[in-house]
Amino acid sequence: MAIRRGRGVAAINYPTGMNLGGDPTQALVHSTPTGNFMVTLSSVDLGQGMKQIMAQICAETIGVPTDRVVVDTADTDTGPHCMGTFASRGTHRAGNAVIQAAKEARQVMLEVAAEELEVNASDLETDGQGNILVKGAPQKSISIFDVALSAHFKRGRSISGRGMFLIPRSYPEKETGAMKPSTCYAHACTVAEVEVDDETGEVTVLTVKNVFEIGRALNPKMVEQQLVGGSWMGISHALYETTEPYYPNRDHGGTDFNQYLMPGPGDLAETEIIVLERPSADGPYGAKGPGEMCANPQIPALANAVFDAVGVRIDTLPITPERILRALRAQAAN
Amino acid sequence: MAKVPVQFTLNGSEKAEFIDSGTTLLHALRDKIGDTSPKGGCHQGTCGACSVIIDGELRLSCLTLAETCNGAAITTTSGLSEGGVLHPLQHAFLDTFATQCGFCTPGMIMAAKVLLNHTPNPSRDDVVEALSGNVCRCTGYEPIIQAVLRAARANSQNAA
Repeated sequence: MAIRRGRGVAAINYPTGMNLGGDPTQALVHSTPTGNFMVTLSSVDLGQGMKQIMAQICAETIGVPTDRVVVDTADTDTGPHCMGTFASRGTHRAGNAVIQAAKEARQVMLEVAAEELEVNASDLETDGQGNILVKGAPQKSISIFDVALSAHFKRGRSISGRGMFLIPRSYPEKETGAMKPSTCYAHACTVAEVEVDDETGEVTVLTVKNVFEIGRALNPKMVEQQLVGGSWMGISHALYETTEPYYPNRDHGGTDFNQYLMPGPGDLAETEIIVLERPSADGPYGAKGPGEMCANPQIPALANAVFDAVGVRIDTLPITPERILRALRAQAAN
Repeated sequence: MAKVPVQFTLNGSEKAEFIDSGTTLLHALRDKIGDTSPKGGCHQGTCGACSVIIDGELRLSCLTLAETCNGAAITTTSGLSEGGVLHPLQHAFLDTFATQCGFCTPGMIMAAKVLLNHTPNPSRDDVVEALSGNVCRCTGYEPIIQAVLRAARANSQNAA
């Protein structure tokens, strides 16, 4: 009986969004009388940072500072249509819709500014700080605040835009069954090192090293948060979490959070995160969906590491000490 | 059921309420007084999201009856900032991006505050131990640990 060390590797591709009957998201953007911008969505911020990212995308497209944008994630009774926040689709789908809506609003904003400055709208640019300037003659400018006032009180224009992003349904080819389930994939690879006690079946995770390819990281610190936390959630799925430990038998499942195993701050393994940015062709400013995929590669990597350590394949999650011991016993019996 | 009077100090100001006997402190704070910084996660003392400081000690407000807090001095996360200036712990949480969905954050900050009150220069192990009763479902523990260590360093620099 001994503590045995093992190392496992796994790589995954993860689709951004889904492809059932088509995958649409809509966004509306309008300016307030003081030149702040409102993004209206039905996509929900579950805590993943959707509001921040949509504010960044809208601000970047219109050409204003991020703090001039307010995002209302309303609800499905009142907001524009969105399929929802799931399948790592929020940034990609809603972000593209926000870009389209913000472009249309920007165009109206520039038209009003052009009337005020008596120039062509195509000769105008934004400075990203809340002003609109004549290209090549920046001394001739107007603030977006004044443009909004003019639009609202003088010119009777609504500085607003509509955006709709749709990934159409992909049907399988009749001959081959081939289809295009997603237009955009994130990728990840994990190497995990474990120690397995072959007497107790206990697994200790020593290190987890991850590489994530997520398109462009629109907010690098928030991406890092998601990936660091997600990496640990993957370990948790692999080793701890279940509501039905003997599924399909429902016995011995936890009945409350007291009996649901989750990692605490003392259970952290040494974790390394490397982010690769290869902007996606159809993502908003190159983004993909890093949400769920970051908790995937740890699971097969840990299963492989356990195999490397003690020579048994556990193909049911979570990889509990009991499952390892039963597999070791079966292996010895053979 | 007869109402019972309860009186305590919340973040420096006197509070007096009539509550149903058996009301938890969490319920009294959130639904009677309107301080929603303690969060109701599990309501059974396992997640730490409802943590508050009662007379200097870290307590789970979901397991504390409000009527046992007569005369107590209670601190919640909403009472940490002074005159609109964030507490060093709050600053450290911001600077290290230690909140993700944010639901566990007030409880984490309360646990960290009590730790730093007793142990101004904690080791990483001290921090892990102090936070071990608090669950983060975003599993974002590492930045939270870093935030507490950063706040401790900021405090000791200010003291020096």
